[in-house]
Amino acid sequence: MNQAQDFQRSSKSDLYQHHDYYLMDELLTDEHKLIRNTVRDFVKKEISPIIEDAAQRAMFPHYLINGMAEVGCFGPQLPAEYGCGGLDYISYGLIMQELERCDSGIRSTASVQGSLVMYPIYKFGSEEQKRKYLPKLASGEMMGCFGLTEPDHGSNPAGMTTHYKDAGDGKNIILNGAKMWISNSPFADVAVVWAKNEAGIIKGVIVDRGMPGFTTPETHGKWSLRASATGELVFTDVLVPKENILPGVEGLKGPLTCLNSARYGISWGAIGAALDCYDTALRYAKERKQFGRPIAGFQLQQKKLAEMITEIAKAQMLTWRLGVLMNEGRATPAQISMAKRNNVAMACQIARDARQMLGGMGITGEYSIMRHMMNLESVVTYEGTHDIHLLITGMDVTGENAFT
Amino acid sequence: MKVLVCISNVPDTTTKVTFTENNTKFNTQGVQFIINPYDELALTKALELTEKVGGTVTAINVGLADAEPSIRKALAIGAHDAVRVNAEPVDAFFVASEIANYAKSESFDLILTGRESIDYNGGLVAGLLAEMLNMPSVNVVTAIDVNGDIVSLERDIDGGREKLECKLPLVASAQKELTEPRIPNMRGIMAARTKPLKVVEASSAQANSQTLNFELPAAKGACKLISVEEAGTLIQLLHTEAKVI
Repeated sequence: MNQAQDFQRSSKSDLYQHHDYYLMDELLTDEHKLIRNTVRDFVKKEISPIIEDAAQRAMFPHYLINGMAEVGCFGPQLPAEYGCGGLDYISYGLIMQELERCDSGIRSTASVQGSLVMYPIYKFGSEEQKRKYLPKLASGEMMGCFGLTEPDHGSNPAGMTTHYKDAGDGKNIILNGAKMWISNSPFADVAVVWAKNEAGIIKGVIVDRGMPGFTTPETHGKWSLRASATGELVFTDVLVPKENILPGVEGLKGPLTCLNSARYGISWGAIGAALDCYDTALRYAKERKQFGRPIAGFQLQQKKLAEMITEIAKAQMLTWRLGVLMNEGRATPAQISMAKRNNVAMACQIARDARQMLGGMGITGEYSIMRHMMNLESVVTYEGTHDIHLLITGMDVTGENAFT
Repeated sequence: MKVLVCISNVPDTTTKVTFTENNTKFNTQGVQFIINPYDELALTKALELTEKVGGTVTAINVGLADAEPSIRKALAIGAHDAVRVNAEPVDAFFVASEIANYAKSESFDLILTGRESIDYNGGLVAGLLAEMLNMPSVNVVTAIDVNGDIVSLERDIDGGREKLECKLPLVASAQKELTEPRIPNMRGIMAARTKPLKVVEASSAQANSQTLNFELPAAKGACKLISVEEAGTLIQLLHTEAKVI
């Protein structure tokens, strides 16, 4: 595990200023704003100075985990009685926005912990499982990962081959199979793994690091989410106690419920990445002079900036409304899917336009834009690809299934 | 030890300043307000001291209800309770009078303020307050420590550093180097929901100054670059163009 001194701190300060074209702040409570500003201050002080170095060297900054837990990044939307934040979904979204404003990889670590590990344990776990895992996951004492995607089963998770059978000793199951593209896997203490039982029904199993036959090889050579650790989960005859099975759910509904929560967070996170690209491009355009005047005064640059802030404002409104629906328990999976698809595609486009505006400077690590642009290629792919989300909306409005 | 920390609610440092009402009022439209950064240092120091020797930290603000997010933040950072004197903070004399009026009945051991607020930069409240409460005051301190009822302080002076000792009670104002501001944690934010924030009505204190009008500084002129080979030209320009030498 690395330490703060293993990273080079940038001498450049994070100049980000928030953009709120439609005065969305007036729709937030004072507490929402306090939480958002707290995470923003934390990010500016602790993460921004090292993020470029972490991404360039493809090292997840483990030492930030405690601080992230302190400001409430892990499971803030879950109840305080399990050591979590007890906050609403808009607070959760704002935290994700502020983390991804800095880096999608750091936000991914928090998303996985809060929505894909803590949430299923909270929602589908036994009382013992909740008491055992949630407080430690909220405090960052324990980190988790989520195993659904397999080498041959990405958009079609129902086809998974990871499976378990009864060990016959009355106590354990035997788990076999492999999961791929798993954020946090190389350092996670615990994995929530989705696997089929002997009847072919998908169940959730909590696998602890150290169980014989369980390994987590790291995926190297990524050109995206470089500041976050990604790996595989490999299970070779792993003996797992039966009490580690999540009792509260079976079938694909289990993992998909978790993905709803995570996708909701991503829809806020993507706005963060877009805001950072817009903020950087706007400041650069006002300062950078060509032909004797700031490039912000040229029509083609203004077109880009105008389109960016328009798309950001639309996404902010959509996502705030989604947050209200989440708080009321009325948001549908299709609504969450639409927000994830729209906002991530919006962020991808803004990152590209912003990068162009910075010319050659946009290529270097001196500015955050190219890092966001590369990160967003993962974000547009994971938790349901852009195309799959189009099919979800398509099926929702037509009633016709076009997946298979 | 009972510590009182005075909190100003000021515009964020990145605010674009404009005025209304014939340039007599600051335009607050769309402006983000924050705890005055020097006050935040005073608050953090107060918490560090009470964590060491025990005691409570009360945050006080003279302001209208729109200052409450900043007061809530002070509670989230760790203040035990807070007081808002419900009045517009018109000038330093008025603010100091209101704080003194409240502090009289509470017998605080230590009162901390920022060295100045970053909006009007008066730097007057600490001194006025000490005078009104008949306490000693030390301005612009870079270190404070408490041992029993003896406070040791440090402050930067021209060309050096002054070390002082003083007996409690005392008023001191915080300079930048005093400590590092503390970012609230989630537990603090949750606890702040239920911490007491008392609103008291203003006394009959009157402001003794009045703003006639504000002016923005003149826009910065273009920067002229002079190459090293022509350094002599710089002297000439400073003399004939800038007229400063």
